Amino acid sequence: MPHKHTGKRTQGWMGIRRGHHAHPFEWLAEKFIFLTSLSAILLVFLIFLFVAREALPLILGKVSSAAAQTAILPEKMDEMSPEELRAYLELSKAEFAAKDRETLHLLMELKAEAAKEVPDDKDASVNTANWRYLLQPYQWTGYDKPEYIWQPVSQIHKYNIIPLLIGSLKTTLVALLFSVPLALGAAIYVSQLASPKVREVAKPAIELLAGIPSVVLGFFALVVMAGVLQKVFGYESRLNAFLAGTALGLAIIPVIFSIAEDALSSVPGSYVQAALSLGASRWQAAWQIVFPAAIPGVFAAVALGFGRAIGETMIVLMASGNASIMSWDLFDSTRTITATIAAELAETVFGGHHYRILFLLGTILFAVTFLSNLAADLVMHRLKNRLEGRG
Amino acid sequence: MDTQTPLIQFRESPDALRLRSGKPDRMSRFFTGATGFAALLILAILAIILGNVIWNGMPVLSWRFVSTGTAQDMFDPKTAGILPMILGTTAKVFLMTLFVIPVGVITAIYLTEYAHSTSLFTRVIRGAVHNLAGVPSIVFGLFGLGFFINFAGGSLDALFHPENPEPIWGKPALLWASLTLAVMTLPVMIVATEESLRAIPMGLREASLALGATKLQTIGKIVLPRARPGILTGGILAISRAAGEVAPILFTGAAYYMAHYPKALTDQFMDLGYHVFILSTQSPNIDQTRPILYATVLVLLLLTFTLNIVAILVRARMRAQLRALH
Repeated sequence: MPHKHTGKRTQGWMGIRRGHHAHPFEWLAEKFIFLTSLSAILLVFLIFLFVAREALPLILGKVSSAAAQTAILPEKMDEMSPEELRAYLELSKAEFAAKDRETLHLLMELKAEAAKEVPDDKDASVNTANWRYLLQPYQWTGYDKPEYIWQPVSQIHKYNIIPLLIGSLKTTLVALLFSVPLALGAAIYVSQLASPKVREVAKPAIELLAGIPSVVLGFFALVVMAGVLQKVFGYESRLNAFLAGTALGLAIIPVIFSIAEDALSSVPGSYVQAALSLGASRWQAAWQIVFPAAIPGVFAAVALGFGRAIGETMIVLMASGNASIMSWDLFDSTRTITATIAAELAETVFGGHHYRILFLLGTILFAVTFLSNLAADLVMHRLKNRLEGRG
Repeated sequence: MDTQTPLIQFRESPDALRLRSGKPDRMSRFFTGATGFAALLILAILAIILGNVIWNGMPVLSWRFVSTGTAQDMFDPKTAGILPMILGTTAKVFLMTLFVIPVGVITAIYLTEYAHSTSLFTRVIRGAVHNLAGVPSIVFGLFGLGFFINFAGGSLDALFHPENPEPIWGKPALLWASLTLAVMTLPVMIVATEESLRAIPMGLREASLALGATKLQTIGKIVLPRARPGILTGGILAISRAAGEVAPILFTGAAYYMAHYPKALTDQFMDLGYHVFILSTQSPNIDQTRPILYATVLVLLLLTFTLNIVAILVRARMRAQLRALH
């Protein structure tokens, strides 16, 4: 707390004592300022809470997605409590309240009929929303070996998330391989080697790249880059992980550049002057003195670039081809976690297993980016301390 | 006078020769060139993207296109118009600023004027701000759906319209999309405001306090007016970021097509960025749609880029003014 409304003079900020005791209005206003400043913490907490909350029943194993469910005869409707009936019909409270008896009866008949049509094999009784089926391969009927399959909209809902994880990692890897050398090279040049005049123009110009919305980069990848890259590399499927990764690289270049440039520029000029006076060239000073001193900042830049790349949605949704194929080939069409959420959430049943699995994917995404941000933050803090000579 | 021969003869090494001639070695020259090329390549890519969009979009852009709505076929260049999308995007960012500017500025005030810069608590707030900036945009979309629509909207419906079967608040709406974007752009706002507050010389605050002003008066009358350009920059950057974001509004308010304009906060809206996505991926005939796709992208880029450039200029002017103050 900054200070309390007490009779005593309080130690104010920067060691300056207050001239007056705080007026009640000021006391209130300052408390309000303090509470508002908590909003960022609160929001991070709420984001995690409300995304994870929707996925929680799934995490706890309380969701069943088995296609074969014991159908209840429509005639037995009156024996069920309204809550049981609602759960059985997979309706939300509002939907349930909106329907009259006839409609409910009709829904029950439909459900009973659907139950009859479910294929009569072992797959139908599998609860595919179980962790085992989310992560491990399984030999479905008609396949000759266990496979990882993401196929949510079929009679047997196959929810293996491994192909999506690989898709996300593949595109992110391409993006990093493409953007890290470019962005770091440009950062070294702009902060250490360029003349002040060039620097003044180049820095904001490169950062302008961040002003291009990701949907526009996705559009550019789809309409222009797809054709060009296919001609150059001669691969088969027009939309693939390589194309999406390259476009994604464009999106994270300004992120990596901006942070790395700041870190390199924050290294004291005396380091460079000392190196130059000992006969080093500008490049040697930049590469052997400044770069090692700023390495935590560079690491943070790459970590944030990674977080941004794995969480980017529109570019991969438009340019990756969206086929959930289990393969490490960069030139195969691929489907990422983010694109899956964006493409499928609108069609899911509210509160159903598909809906909850998409929220689970969101929770995983949040956790991954949270950790990479945290790592970047801690490292940057250490860098700042080191350059300021505090340990 | 005979010439004195020095006792020791110095043989100059090639390195010393090179140094005296002022020419860096080959490696240095190569890497200076390579890094310079990297910078140039990035700028070239930027120029190609902008050039491509302007070149293909400019001829198609007409007054009719930006001033009418879509009557029948939004993929047909002859009848399509994007006025509803422009208005929808404008409404979404305007509403967003109403939330994000006050909260962002107040948080920045706390961080610079009240918090002890080294305390653990301040570090946690800062860490949260950084983390918020790194949360993927699609997760904001999920959050908007889970928190604003299901939780907040659902609660409002249960409170005020318990007998109404159709949800009024608990569905995608302009309000929820704007709030979701406000949460997303909060870090941008906080960081920009903080920077401008920090740049104000301590002496100004001290002078005000010495004259007997209270802390709040000092902040309100001395600090904030000087931070106005920074707050403006933050607001502009937040708007430019939010204007182009699609992922957070996919489930929280954007509509594929609407025959009428949104009239209330609880209505859905059409959005420029989402429209770009629809035109590029859903068109039955992409060759026919391409011209208006380019024109729509051009309008969106004009919006976000102009705002970005204005922000850069405001910031540059502010820095120059503050330098003069010091």
